[in-house]
Amino acid sequence: MIEDLRPVPDDVTQEWWDATRECRLLLQRCDECGNVQHYPRAMCLACSSFNLSWIDSAGTGVVDSFTVVHRAPHPDLATPYVIARIKLDEGPILLSRIVDAEGANISCDERVSLDWLATSEDFQLPVFRVSH
Amino acid sequence: MTGTAIVGVGESDLGVTNHSILTLQAQAITRALTDAGLSTADVDGIATSGVSRFSATQVADYLGIQPAWCDSTFAGGSAYEMYVARAAQAIEAGQASVVVISFASNQRSAKSRKLGGVVESHTPEAQFETPYGPLYPISYYAMAAQRYLHDYGATPADLAEVAVLAREWARMNPKAYRYGSEPLTVDDVLNSTMVSTPLTTADCCLVTDGGGAVVVTSLDRARDLRKAPIRILGYGEATTNTSMSQVPLLPTGARESGQRAFAAAGLTPSDVDVIQVYDSFTITVLLSLEALGFCEPGQAPTFVASADARPGGRQPLNTSGGGLSYCHPGQYGVLLLVEAVRQLRGEAGDRQVADASIALAHGTGGILSTHATVLLGEDR
Repeated sequence: MIEDLRPVPDDVTQEWWDATRECRLLLQRCDECGNVQHYPRAMCLACSSFNLSWIDSAGTGVVDSFTVVHRAPHPDLATPYVIARIKLDEGPILLSRIVDAEGANISCDERVSLDWLATSEDFQLPVFRVSH
Repeated sequence: MTGTAIVGVGESDLGVTNHSILTLQAQAITRALTDAGLSTADVDGIATSGVSRFSATQVADYLGIQPAWCDSTFAGGSAYEMYVARAAQAIEAGQASVVVISFASNQRSAKSRKLGGVVESHTPEAQFETPYGPLYPISYYAMAAQRYLHDYGATPADLAEVAVLAREWARMNPKAYRYGSEPLTVDDVLNSTMVSTPLTTADCCLVTDGGGAVVVTSLDRARDLRKAPIRILGYGEATTNTSMSQVPLLPTGARESGQRAFAAAGLTPSDVDVIQVYDSFTITVLLSLEALGFCEPGQAPTFVASADARPGGRQPLNTSGGGLSYCHPGQYGVLLLVEAVRQLRGEAGDRQVADASIALAHGTGGILSTHATVLLGEDR
Protein backbone atom coordinates (compact mmCIF):
# COMPACT_ATOMS: atom_id res chain seq x y z
CA MET A 1 0.00 0.00 0.00
CA ILE A 2 1.26 3.43 -0.86
CA GLU A 3 1.18 5.02 2.55
CA ASP A 4 0.12 8.40 1.17
CA LEU A 5 -3.06 6.81 -0.18
CA ARG A 6 -3.90 4.70 2.89
CA PRO A 7 -7.30 5.64 4.28
CA VAL A 8 -7.71 6.80 7.86
CA PRO A 9 -10.92 5.21 9.22
CA ASP A 10 -13.15 7.24 11.52
CA ASP A 11 -15.89 6.51 14.07
CA VAL A 12 -18.40 5.57 11.37
CA THR A 13 -16.14 3.81 8.89
CA GLN A 14 -13.88 1.67 11.11
CA GLU A 15 -16.17 -1.38 10.85
CA TRP A 16 -16.34 -1.00 7.06
CA TRP A 17 -12.57 -1.11 6.77
CA ASP A 18 -12.32 -3.94 9.32
CA ALA A 19 -14.66 -6.01 7.11
CA THR A 20 -12.38 -5.60 4.10
CA ARG A 21 -9.81 -7.75 5.95
CA GLU A 22 -12.36 -10.60 5.71
CA CYS A 23 -13.12 -9.81 2.04
CA ARG A 24 -16.56 -8.49 2.92
CA LEU A 25 -17.97 -5.43 1.13
CA LEU A 26 -20.38 -3.74 3.52
CA LEU A 27 -23.18 -1.32 2.81
CA GLN A 28 -25.25 0.64 5.29
CA ARG A 29 -28.98 -0.09 5.63
CA CYS A 30 -31.31 2.13 7.61
CA ASP A 31 -33.15 0.35 10.44
CA GLU A 32 -36.05 2.80 10.11
CA CYS A 33 -36.72 3.07 6.37
CA GLY A 34 -34.58 0.35 4.78
CA ASN A 35 -32.59 2.71 2.54
CA VAL A 36 -29.23 1.29 1.47
CA GLN A 37 -26.30 3.70 1.11
CA HIS A 38 -22.57 4.02 0.45
CA TYR A 39 -20.17 5.67 1.45
CA PRO A 40 -20.88 5.12 5.16
CA ARG A 41 -22.30 8.10 7.00
CA ALA A 42 -23.57 8.91 10.47
CA MET A 43 -27.12 9.34 9.20
CA CYS A 44 -29.55 7.91 6.65
CA LEU A 45 -29.71 9.88 3.41
CA ALA A 46 -33.41 9.11 3.02
CA CYS A 47 -34.86 9.74 6.51
CA SER A 48 -31.99 11.21 8.60
CA SER A 49 -32.16 8.39 11.14
CA PHE A 50 -28.94 7.56 12.98
CA ASN A 51 -30.06 3.92 13.37
CA LEU A 52 -28.05 2.20 10.67
CA SER A 53 -26.84 -1.39 10.32
CA TRP A 54 -24.34 -3.10 8.06
CA ILE A 55 -25.31 -5.56 5.34
CA ASP A 56 -23.04 -7.57 3.06
CA SER A 57 -23.18 -6.55 -0.58
CA ALA A 58 -23.73 -9.41 -3.05
CA GLY A 59 -20.78 -7.86 -4.93
CA THR A 60 -22.52 -7.68 -8.29
CA GLY A 61 -23.41 -4.72 -10.41
CA VAL A 62 -22.78 -2.86 -13.66
CA VAL A 63 -20.17 -0.42 -14.94
CA ASP A 64 -21.71 3.05 -14.75
CA SER A 65 -18.59 4.47 -16.39
CA PHE A 66 -14.83 4.02 -16.39
CA THR A 67 -11.52 5.55 -17.42
CA VAL A 68 -8.09 4.10 -18.06
CA VAL A 69 -5.54 6.17 -16.16
CA HIS A 70 -2.24 6.56 -18.01
CA ARG A 71 -0.55 9.18 -15.84
CA ALA A 72 -0.62 8.25 -12.19
CA PRO A 73 -1.15 10.80 -9.41
CA HIS A 74 1.57 9.07 -7.40
CA PRO A 75 5.01 7.91 -8.62
CA ASP A 76 4.59 4.48 -7.01
CA LEU A 77 1.36 3.66 -8.87
CA ALA A 78 1.99 1.60 -12.02
CA THR A 79 -0.04 2.59 -15.08
CA PRO A 80 -2.29 1.90 -16.85
CA TYR A 81 -5.14 0.99 -14.52
CA VAL A 82 -8.91 1.22 -14.82
CA ILE A 83 -10.91 3.49 -12.49
CA ALA A 84 -14.65 2.84 -12.59
CA ARG A 85 -17.97 3.80 -11.07
CA ILE A 86 -19.72 0.54 -10.20
CA LYS A 87 -23.48 0.63 -9.71
CA LEU A 88 -24.16 -2.18 -7.26
CA ASP A 89 -27.31 -4.24 -7.60
CA GLU A 90 -28.29 -2.98 -4.12
CA GLY A 91 -28.40 0.58 -5.57
CA PRO A 92 -25.39 2.59 -4.36
CA ILE A 93 -22.53 3.56 -6.66
CA LEU A 94 -18.98 2.77 -5.58
CA LEU A 95 -15.78 4.23 -6.97
CA SER A 96 -13.44 1.32 -7.58
CA ARG A 97 -11.18 -0.34 -10.11
CA ILE A 98 -11.75 -2.96 -12.77
CA VAL A 99 -8.87 -5.44 -12.71
CA ASP A 100 -7.57 -7.84 -15.36
CA ALA A 101 -9.03 -5.83 -18.21
CA GLU A 102 -7.85 -3.30 -20.74
CA GLY A 103 -9.99 -0.27 -21.41
CA ALA A 104 -10.82 -1.44 -24.90
CA ASN A 105 -12.47 -4.55 -23.45
CA ILE A 106 -14.84 -2.70 -21.13
CA SER A 107 -18.05 -0.89 -21.89
CA CYS A 108 -20.59 1.04 -19.88
CA ASP A 109 -23.48 -1.04 -18.49
CA GLU A 110 -21.41 -4.23 -18.56
CA ARG A 111 -21.88 -6.59 -15.61
CA VAL A 112 -19.08 -6.92 -13.07
CA SER A 113 -18.47 -8.85 -9.87
CA LEU A 114 -16.47 -8.26 -6.72
CA ASP A 115 -12.84 -9.19 -6.31
CA TRP A 116 -10.10 -8.07 -3.93
CA LEU A 117 -6.84 -6.31 -4.66
CA ALA A 118 -4.16 -6.76 -2.01
CA THR A 119 -2.08 -3.62 -1.98
CA SER A 120 0.07 -4.68 0.98
CA GLU A 121 0.28 -7.59 3.41
CA ASP A 122 -2.30 -6.08 5.69
CA PHE A 123 -4.54 -4.15 3.31
CA GLN A 124 -6.90 -4.99 0.47
CA LEU A 125 -9.37 -2.97 -1.56
CA PRO A 126 -12.67 -4.10 -3.05
CA VAL A 127 -12.32 -4.07 -6.84
CA PHE A 128 -14.30 -5.61 -9.70
CA ARG A 129 -13.78 -7.81 -12.71
CA VAL A 130 -15.88 -8.16 -15.80
CA SER A 131 -18.34 -11.08 -15.57
CA HIS A 132 -18.05 -13.53 -18.45
CA MET B 1 -33.54 41.35 -13.95
CA THR B 2 -31.43 43.13 -11.36
CA GLY B 3 -30.71 46.81 -10.80
CA THR B 4 -26.98 46.19 -10.89
CA ALA B 5 -24.27 46.23 -13.53
CA ILE B 6 -20.68 45.34 -14.22
CA VAL B 7 -18.76 48.56 -14.75
CA GLY B 8 -15.13 47.48 -14.92
CA VAL B 9 -13.14 44.43 -15.98
CA GLY B 10 -9.46 43.59 -16.00
CA GLU B 11 -6.95 40.80 -16.34
CA SER B 12 -3.70 40.39 -14.43
CA ASP B 13 -0.59 39.41 -16.35
CA LEU B 14 -1.23 35.96 -17.81
CA GLY B 15 0.82 32.92 -18.77
CA VAL B 16 4.11 32.51 -16.90
CA THR B 17 4.48 35.59 -14.74
CA ASN B 18 6.82 34.80 -11.82
CA HIS B 19 4.58 37.05 -9.72
CA SER B 20 2.98 36.23 -6.39
CA ILE B 21 -0.75 35.57 -6.10
CA LEU B 22 -1.30 38.91 -4.38
CA THR B 23 0.67 40.86 -6.98
CA LEU B 24 -1.54 39.31 -9.66
CA GLN B 25 -4.66 40.05 -7.59
CA ALA B 26 -3.58 43.67 -7.22
CA GLN B 27 -2.95 43.96 -10.97
CA ALA B 28 -6.36 42.55 -11.89
CA ILE B 29 -8.25 44.64 -9.33
CA THR B 30 -6.56 47.96 -10.09
CA ARG B 31 -6.94 47.42 -13.84
CA ALA B 32 -10.66 46.67 -13.44
CA LEU B 33 -11.14 49.74 -11.23
CA THR B 34 -9.27 51.95 -13.71
CA ASP B 35 -11.48 50.54 -16.47
CA ALA B 36 -14.50 51.66 -14.43
CA GLY B 37 -13.05 55.06 -13.55
CA LEU B 38 -12.98 54.08 -9.85
CA SER B 39 -10.24 53.51 -7.27
CA THR B 40 -9.73 51.28 -4.25
CA ALA B 41 -11.16 54.11 -2.12
CA ASP B 42 -14.55 53.47 -3.75
CA VAL B 43 -14.59 49.75 -2.96
CA ASP B 44 -16.66 48.58 0.01
CA GLY B 45 -17.18 44.95 -1.00
CA ILE B 46 -14.75 42.18 -1.92
CA ALA B 47 -15.42 38.65 -3.16
CA THR B 48 -12.50 36.35 -3.88
CA SER B 49 -11.08 32.93 -3.11
CA GLY B 50 -7.98 30.88 -3.70
CA VAL B 51 -5.68 33.21 -1.78
CA SER B 52 -5.59 31.81 1.74
CA ARG B 53 -7.99 30.61 4.44
CA PHE B 54 -9.24 34.19 4.83
CA SER B 55 -9.18 35.05 1.14
CA ALA B 56 -11.37 38.16 0.98
CA THR B 57 -9.93 39.42 4.25
CA GLN B 58 -6.43 38.87 2.91
CA VAL B 59 -7.06 40.79 -0.29
CA ALA B 60 -8.77 43.62 1.59
CA ASP B 61 -5.78 43.86 3.91
CA TYR B 62 -3.38 43.88 0.95
CA LEU B 63 -5.34 46.67 -0.77
CA GLY B 64 -5.72 48.64 2.45
CA ILE B 65 -9.51 48.36 2.44
CA GLN B 66 -11.88 47.60 5.32
CA PRO B 67 -14.95 46.40 3.44
CA ALA B 68 -18.57 46.53 4.59
CA TRP B 69 -19.26 43.22 2.85
CA CYS B 70 -17.19 40.26 1.72
CA ASP B 71 -17.59 36.71 0.43
CA SER B 72 -15.10 33.86 0.04
CA THR B 73 -17.48 31.05 -0.84
CA PHE B 74 -15.22 28.29 -2.13
CA ALA B 75 -16.82 26.66 -5.17
CA GLY B 76 -13.88 26.19 -7.53
CA GLY B 77 -14.13 27.80 -10.94
CA SER B 78 -17.83 28.63 -10.65
CA ALA B 79 -17.42 30.79 -7.55
CA TYR B 80 -17.04 34.00 -9.57
CA GLU B 81 -20.43 33.60 -11.24
CA MET B 82 -21.85 32.91 -7.75
CA TYR B 83 -20.17 36.08 -6.47
CA VAL B 84 -21.98 38.10 -9.16
CA ALA B 85 -25.26 36.90 -7.69
CA ARG B 86 -24.21 37.63 -4.13
CA ALA B 87 -22.75 41.02 -5.05
CA ALA B 88 -25.96 42.02 -6.84
CA GLN B 89 -27.94 40.99 -3.76
CA ALA B 90 -25.64 42.87 -1.39
CA ILE B 91 -25.84 46.02 -3.50
CA GLU B 92 -29.61 45.83 -3.85
CA ALA B 93 -29.90 45.28 -0.09
CA GLY B 94 -27.80 48.37 0.56
CA GLN B 95 -25.01 46.45 2.25
CA ALA B 96 -22.35 47.46 -0.28
CA SER B 97 -22.10 49.97 -3.13
CA VAL B 98 -19.02 48.93 -5.14
CA VAL B 99 -18.00 45.26 -5.10
CA VAL B 100 -14.83 43.85 -6.64
CA ILE B 101 -14.87 40.17 -7.64
CA SER B 102 -11.37 38.79 -8.24
CA PHE B 103 -9.18 35.74 -8.60
CA ALA B 104 -5.53 35.14 -9.41
CA SER B 105 -3.10 32.25 -9.36
CA ASN B 106 0.57 31.76 -10.07
CA GLN B 107 0.20 27.98 -10.39
CA ARG B 108 2.44 27.64 -13.43
CA SER B 109 5.31 29.77 -12.10
CA ALA B 110 4.97 28.16 -8.67
CA LYS B 111 4.53 24.60 -10.07
CA SER B 112 1.79 24.13 -7.49
CA ARG B 113 -0.63 21.99 -9.54
CA LYS B 114 -0.80 18.25 -8.71
CA LEU B 115 -2.32 15.51 -10.89
CA GLY B 116 -3.97 13.89 -7.88
CA GLY B 117 -5.50 17.18 -6.79
CA VAL B 118 -6.04 18.26 -3.23
CA VAL B 119 -8.03 15.82 -1.10
CA GLU B 120 -8.25 16.53 2.62
CA SER B 121 -7.56 13.46 4.72
CA HIS B 122 -10.69 13.75 6.89
CA THR B 123 -13.13 13.66 3.96
CA PRO B 124 -15.00 10.58 2.71
CA GLU B 125 -13.21 10.96 -0.63
CA ALA B 126 -9.83 10.40 1.05
CA GLN B 127 -11.08 7.06 2.40
CA PHE B 128 -13.25 5.75 -0.39
CA GLU B 129 -11.74 7.22 -3.56
CA THR B 130 -8.11 8.29 -3.18
CA PRO B 131 -6.86 4.73 -2.42
CA TYR B 132 -7.87 3.72 -5.98
CA GLY B 133 -5.72 6.43 -7.58
CA PRO B 134 -8.16 8.53 -9.62
CA LEU B 135 -6.74 11.72 -11.09
CA TYR B 136 -8.52 14.69 -9.55
CA PRO B 137 -10.40 16.21 -11.25
CA ILE B 138 -9.50 14.64 -14.62
CA SER B 139 -10.72 11.08 -14.03
CA TYR B 140 -14.21 12.24 -13.08
CA TYR B 141 -14.57 14.29 -16.26
CA ALA B 142 -13.12 11.32 -18.16
CA MET B 143 -15.83 9.07 -16.76
CA ALA B 144 -18.48 11.65 -17.67
CA ALA B 145 -17.00 11.72 -21.17
CA GLN B 146 -17.01 7.93 -21.45
CA ARG B 147 -20.66 7.85 -20.40
CA TYR B 148 -21.50 10.62 -22.88
CA LEU B 149 -19.79 8.78 -25.76
CA HIS B 150 -21.65 5.59 -24.80
CA ASP B 151 -25.08 7.18 -24.48
CA TYR B 152 -24.98 9.26 -27.67
CA GLY B 153 -22.65 7.30 -29.95
CA ALA B 154 -20.22 10.22 -29.97
CA THR B 155 -16.49 9.75 -30.54
CA PRO B 156 -13.24 11.22 -29.17
CA ALA B 157 -13.13 13.30 -32.38
CA ASP B 158 -16.29 15.05 -31.17
CA LEU B 159 -14.47 16.00 -27.98
CA ALA B 160 -11.45 17.13 -30.00
CA GLU B 161 -13.55 19.62 -31.99
CA VAL B 162 -13.98 21.66 -28.81
CA ALA B 163 -10.22 22.12 -28.50
CA VAL B 164 -9.93 22.88 -32.23
CA LEU B 165 -12.52 25.66 -31.90
CA ALA B 166 -10.81 27.10 -28.81
CA ARG B 167 -7.53 27.33 -30.72
CA GLU B 168 -9.26 29.16 -33.58
CA TRP B 169 -10.49 31.86 -31.21
CA ALA B 170 -7.19 32.06 -29.31
CA ARG B 171 -5.38 32.86 -32.54
CA MET B 172 -7.45 36.08 -32.62
CA ASN B 173 -6.74 37.06 -28.99
CA PRO B 174 -3.31 38.65 -28.44
CA LYS B 175 -3.50 37.84 -24.72
CA ALA B 176 -4.09 34.13 -25.32
CA TYR B 177 -1.41 31.63 -24.33
CA ARG B 178 -1.82 29.98 -27.75
CA TYR B 179 -1.93 33.25 -29.71
CA GLY B 180 0.56 32.79 -32.51
CA SER B 181 0.29 29.00 -32.34
CA GLU B 182 -0.53 26.93 -35.38
CA PRO B 183 -4.16 25.88 -35.87
CA LEU B 184 -5.03 22.70 -34.00
CA THR B 185 -6.49 19.70 -35.84
CA VAL B 186 -8.68 16.87 -34.59
CA ASP B 187 -5.81 14.49 -35.27
CA ASP B 188 -3.47 16.63 -33.17
CA VAL B 189 -5.83 16.24 -30.23
CA LEU B 190 -6.36 12.51 -30.75
CA ASN B 191 -2.61 11.92 -31.06
CA SER B 192 -1.72 13.87 -27.93
CA THR B 193 -0.58 12.02 -24.83
CA MET B 194 -3.40 10.03 -23.26
CA VAL B 195 -4.05 11.05 -19.66
CA SER B 196 -7.29 9.39 -18.55
CA THR B 197 -9.31 7.84 -21.40
CA PRO B 198 -10.86 9.27 -23.47
CA LEU B 199 -9.15 12.55 -22.50
CA THR B 200 -5.71 13.44 -23.87
CA THR B 201 -3.54 16.35 -22.76
CA ALA B 202 -5.15 18.41 -25.55
CA ASP B 203 -8.61 17.72 -24.07
CA CYS B 204 -7.41 19.31 -20.83
CA CYS B 205 -7.21 23.02 -20.11
CA LEU B 206 -3.96 24.90 -19.86
CA VAL B 207 -2.09 25.23 -16.59
CA THR B 208 -1.12 28.90 -16.49
CA ASP B 209 -0.77 31.85 -14.15
CA GLY B 210 -3.40 34.52 -14.47
CA GLY B 211 -6.28 36.29 -12.91
CA GLY B 212 -9.07 38.73 -13.44
CA ALA B 213 -11.45 41.09 -11.72
CA VAL B 214 -14.85 42.61 -12.35
CA VAL B 215 -16.45 45.58 -10.59
CA VAL B 216 -20.16 45.56 -9.76
CA THR B 217 -22.29 48.50 -8.68
CA SER B 218 -25.88 49.75 -8.86
CA LEU B 219 -27.28 50.55 -12.29
CA ASP B 220 -27.89 54.16 -11.22
CA ARG B 221 -24.27 54.68 -10.29
CA ALA B 222 -23.10 52.66 -13.28
CA ARG B 223 -24.71 55.12 -15.67
CA ASP B 224 -22.42 57.91 -14.40
CA LEU B 225 -19.19 55.94 -14.79
CA ARG B 226 -16.60 55.77 -17.52
CA LYS B 227 -17.86 52.84 -19.59
CA ALA B 228 -21.35 51.82 -20.67
CA PRO B 229 -22.90 49.60 -17.96
CA ILE B 230 -23.30 45.92 -18.64
CA ARG B 231 -26.45 44.86 -16.83
CA ILE B 232 -26.73 41.74 -14.71
CA LEU B 233 -29.92 40.31 -16.18
CA GLY B 234 -30.19 37.10 -14.19
CA TYR B 235 -28.29 34.40 -12.35
CA GLY B 236 -28.72 30.88 -11.06
CA GLU B 237 -26.62 28.14 -9.55
CA ALA B 238 -26.66 24.49 -8.51
CA THR B 239 -24.41 22.46 -6.23
CA THR B 240 -24.44 18.71 -6.76
CA ASN B 241 -21.54 16.68 -5.33
CA THR B 242 -18.03 16.47 -4.00
CA SER B 243 -17.60 12.70 -4.31
CA MET B 244 -17.06 10.79 -7.53
CA SER B 245 -19.81 8.29 -6.69
CA GLN B 246 -22.85 10.15 -5.40
CA VAL B 247 -24.81 11.55 -8.36
CA PRO B 248 -25.46 10.49 -11.97
CA LEU B 249 -22.74 11.67 -14.36
CA LEU B 250 -25.28 13.13 -16.79
CA PRO B 251 -26.91 15.58 -17.06
CA THR B 252 -24.92 17.99 -14.91
CA GLY B 253 -26.16 20.64 -12.49
CA ALA B 254 -25.77 23.14 -15.32
CA ARG B 255 -29.35 22.22 -16.22
CA GLU B 256 -30.84 23.60 -13.00
CA SER B 257 -28.36 26.47 -12.86
CA GLY B 258 -29.23 27.55 -16.39
CA GLN B 259 -32.97 27.17 -15.91
CA ARG B 260 -32.81 29.37 -12.81
CA ALA B 261 -30.78 32.06 -14.59
CA PHE B 262 -32.94 32.13 -17.72
CA ALA B 263 -36.12 32.28 -15.62
CA ALA B 264 -34.75 35.16 -13.55
CA ALA B 265 -33.79 37.09 -16.68
CA GLY B 266 -36.94 36.25 -18.64
CA LEU B 267 -34.77 34.95 -21.46
CA THR B 268 -34.24 31.71 -23.36
CA PRO B 269 -31.05 30.20 -24.82
CA SER B 270 -31.96 31.45 -28.30
CA ASP B 271 -31.76 35.05 -26.99
CA VAL B 272 -28.04 34.70 -26.24
CA ASP B 273 -25.67 36.32 -28.76
CA VAL B 274 -22.37 35.09 -27.35
CA ILE B 275 -21.69 32.07 -25.11
CA GLN B 276 -18.86 31.74 -22.56
CA VAL B 277 -18.88 28.33 -20.86
CA TYR B 278 -16.22 26.84 -18.65
CA ASP B 279 -13.87 24.58 -20.58
CA SER B 280 -11.79 22.79 -17.98
CA PHE B 281 -11.96 19.86 -20.38
CA THR B 282 -13.46 19.44 -23.82
CA ILE B 283 -16.28 17.30 -22.37
CA THR B 284 -17.24 20.10 -19.97
CA VAL B 285 -18.31 22.23 -22.93
CA LEU B 286 -20.47 19.55 -24.56
CA LEU B 287 -22.20 18.72 -21.28
CA SER B 288 -22.76 22.39 -20.42
CA LEU B 289 -24.13 23.39 -23.84
CA GLU B 290 -26.73 20.63 -23.63
CA ALA B 291 -27.60 21.15 -19.97
CA LEU B 292 -27.99 24.90 -20.49
CA GLY B 293 -30.41 24.29 -23.35
CA PHE B 294 -28.31 25.50 -26.29
CA CYS B 295 -28.40 22.01 -27.82
CA GLU B 296 -30.57 18.93 -27.49
CA PRO B 297 -28.94 15.98 -25.69
CA GLY B 298 -26.30 14.48 -27.97
CA GLN B 299 -26.32 17.44 -30.36
CA ALA B 300 -23.56 19.63 -28.88
CA PRO B 301 -20.85 18.10 -31.13
CA THR B 302 -22.80 19.19 -34.20
CA PHE B 303 -23.01 22.76 -32.89
CA VAL B 304 -19.34 22.94 -31.88
CA ALA B 305 -18.17 21.73 -35.27
CA SER B 306 -20.47 24.13 -37.12
CA ALA B 307 -20.07 27.69 -38.36
CA ASP B 308 -22.61 28.77 -35.70
CA ALA B 309 -19.99 28.62 -32.93
CA ARG B 310 -17.31 30.41 -34.97
CA PRO B 311 -16.50 33.99 -35.95
CA GLY B 312 -19.51 35.40 -37.77
CA GLY B 313 -21.68 32.56 -36.46
CA ARG B 314 -25.10 32.58 -34.85
CA GLN B 315 -23.88 31.96 -31.26
CA PRO B 316 -20.09 32.29 -31.05
CA LEU B 317 -18.65 30.10 -28.29
CA ASN B 318 -15.75 30.82 -25.93
CA THR B 319 -14.43 33.72 -27.92
CA SER B 320 -11.30 34.37 -25.82
CA GLY B 321 -9.92 30.94 -26.65
CA GLY B 322 -11.09 29.67 -23.28
CA GLY B 323 -9.28 27.69 -20.65
CA LEU B 324 -8.11 25.36 -23.40
CA SER B 325 -6.12 27.94 -25.37
CA TYR B 326 -6.26 31.38 -23.71
CA CYS B 327 -5.64 31.10 -19.97
CA HIS B 328 -6.51 28.69 -17.16
CA PRO B 329 -5.19 29.72 -13.77
CA GLY B 330 -6.93 26.86 -11.92
CA GLN B 331 -10.18 28.75 -11.42
CA TYR B 332 -11.21 30.28 -14.72
CA GLY B 333 -14.69 31.64 -13.87
CA VAL B 334 -13.83 35.31 -13.49
CA LEU B 335 -12.25 35.37 -16.95
CA LEU B 336 -15.55 34.16 -18.48
CA LEU B 337 -17.13 37.33 -17.10
CA VAL B 338 -14.28 39.55 -18.37
CA GLU B 339 -14.68 38.24 -21.92
CA ALA B 340 -18.49 38.44 -21.84
CA VAL B 341 -18.33 42.10 -20.81
CA ARG B 342 -15.75 42.96 -23.47
CA GLN B 343 -17.88 41.35 -26.15
CA LEU B 344 -20.97 43.29 -25.04
CA ARG B 345 -19.00 46.54 -24.98
CA GLY B 346 -17.53 45.95 -28.44
CA GLU B 347 -13.96 45.87 -27.09
CA ALA B 348 -12.93 42.42 -28.32
CA GLY B 349 -10.82 43.50 -31.30
CA ASP B 350 -10.34 40.93 -34.05
CA ARG B 351 -12.57 38.42 -32.31
CA GLN B 352 -15.46 40.87 -31.73
CA VAL B 353 -18.91 39.36 -32.22
CA ALA B 354 -21.04 41.77 -34.26
CA ASP B 355 -24.03 43.31 -32.47
CA ALA B 356 -23.70 41.22 -29.31
CA SER B 357 -26.28 42.47 -26.82
CA ILE B 358 -26.81 39.45 -24.54
CA ALA B 359 -24.06 37.16 -23.21
CA LEU B 360 -24.04 34.07 -21.03
CA ALA B 361 -21.21 33.15 -18.66
CA HIS B 362 -21.37 29.73 -17.08
CA GLY B 363 -18.88 28.49 -14.51
CA THR B 364 -18.17 24.94 -13.38
CA GLY B 365 -16.19 23.98 -10.29
CA GLY B 366 -14.63 20.88 -8.79
CA ILE B 367 -15.67 17.59 -10.41
CA LEU B 368 -18.86 18.91 -12.04
CA SER B 369 -19.60 19.85 -8.41
CA THR B 370 -20.77 23.44 -8.65
CA HIS B 371 -22.49 25.26 -11.49
CA ALA B 372 -23.35 28.95 -11.80
CA THR B 373 -24.81 30.92 -14.67
CA VAL B 374 -24.90 34.68 -15.25
CA LEU B 375 -26.76 36.45 -18.04
CA LEU B 376 -25.43 39.87 -18.97
CA GLY B 377 -26.79 42.49 -21.35
CA GLU B 378 -26.33 45.92 -22.80
CA ASP B 379 -28.12 48.76 -20.98
CA ARG B 380 -30.86 49.61 -23.45
